[in-house]
Amino acid sequence: MRPIRVLVAKPGLDGHDRGAKVVAAALRDAGMEVIYTGLHQTPEMIATAAIQEDVDVVGLSILSGAHMTLIPRVLDLLRADGRDDILVTGGGIIPREDMDALEARGTGRLFGPGTPTSELVDYIHDWFEARESQTA
Amino acid sequence: MPQSLEALVADFEAGKSAALARAVSIVENHRAGYDELMTRLHPHIGRAQRLGITGPPGAGKSTVTNLIVQSLRQEGHTVGVIAVDPTSPFTGGALLGDRVRMESVALDPGVYIRSMATRGSLGGLSARTAEVADVLDAFGFDRIIIETVGVGQTELDIARTADTTVVVLVPESGDSIQTLKAGVMEIADIFVVNKGDRPGADRLRNDIELMLGLRRGSAGGVPAHHGVQLKTFNPIRIAREAARAEDPERWTPPVLGTIASRGEGIDLLLAAVARHFRYLEMSGALKGRRRIRLRNQVAEVVAERVRNRLWDDPETNVWLDAQLDLLESGAATPFSVADELLRRSGPLLTGVDA
Repeated sequence: MRPIRVLVAKPGLDGHDRGAKVVAAALRDAGMEVIYTGLHQTPEMIATAAIQEDVDVVGLSILSGAHMTLIPRVLDLLRADGRDDILVTGGGIIPREDMDALEARGTGRLFGPGTPTSELVDYIHDWFEARESQTA
Repeated sequence: MPQSLEALVADFEAGKSAALARAVSIVENHRAGYDELMTRLHPHIGRAQRLGITGPPGAGKSTVTNLIVQSLRQEGHTVGVIAVDPTSPFTGGALLGDRVRMESVALDPGVYIRSMATRGSLGGLSARTAEVADVLDAFGFDRIIIETVGVGQTELDIARTADTTVVVLVPESGDSIQTLKAGVMEIADIFVVNKGDRPGADRLRNDIELMLGLRRGSAGGVPAHHGVQLKTFNPIRIAREAARAEDPERWTPPVLGTIASRGEGIDLLLAAVARHFRYLEMSGALKGRRRIRLRNQVAEVVAERVRNRLWDDPETNVWLDAQLDLLESGAATPFSVADELLRRSGPLLTGVDA
């Protein structure tokens, strides 16, 4: 089977990329192809990269508090290009009620600080398998 | 052709980036419909100039690529970039980080960037990269840049699928002996010594030019070292002058210095690329290279079809399993069984794909 392709990006203005790098390395070690775009990405840059790279998953890391603005914007841009099949997931300092609101808006699961990387890996694997069995 | 593939081709021809990305994925993974797709795109292939950029890790390939893309955009060309990074042989995963250096062109609709992992060399990676370049070509990009890490034979092959190959080195790349080693030094149409503000940059350029001068045969008849007329028997000078000349018969790679972090030297690099392409056209080498590319593609397709048709066929596998006793007892050899297998597979191999 082909490897799962994941875009790992940091939208917005905070400069804390350690978490995104740890996640990128963990997904790579789990056999995924991780496209890492680095800091200070606009939602437009993230959506463009996700579409050009034809990824299965977009993982966003936000520690600035701007998640309620940035994450829905990425979702909308992907939808506008007909790519609502891409899983948008992520993590950071996001209050529980905001996570619920974002998940209701169409993101996948969002993860808080302290989550073991194996949990993200399993989540993405399970999501991918479920999607592949649907389309097969 | 299935409905979905028809719709994809329609979107592709309408210039939609998402359709291009899907098409690249189908080709990269040789997913169902890949050969039909390539057949549809084939008439549109052959317009783009292809530039390969390779060199050791950390030499500044992505930064140089980014600057080239910017300059080409200023000249009004559209650009497709294929950035190849290695797959881990242990986990099968890959971290593809070349987009980080290409941020300044990330939102330009005239630029398409695609990261590819090497995924091990099995199954003709260089052939697949060439096919992805074909897809970008068919989409209508004027220039295609294939960027890859210059380690290992497959990676060199990838760079060589380009019309012009640029090898990016840095002063730390090694002493003069390294420059004489086989491999990456032999595939360059243009050398770039990047990070030219660091110590050793001029010396590396001299070393490469010396090697190129010697390769041109300028050392013939030169006395060992005493009494050499450096004005007439200076291999470095000969290489430098040959690299500047517009000689339709023979190309001598120029050795250029750049400081990519400051954008210095990129104009000279682009001029050299343009000059090399003129040489390819004048000498007929372009036609030759493209014919070889087509020939290689046929060979790859044949190899893949033979492999798939034989080993996806349950009956062939059952037959082969039945030969194991004979092989084990020594009554048959792997070679006699292989010959027999090919003989009995004639109809299977010549059959048309379902």
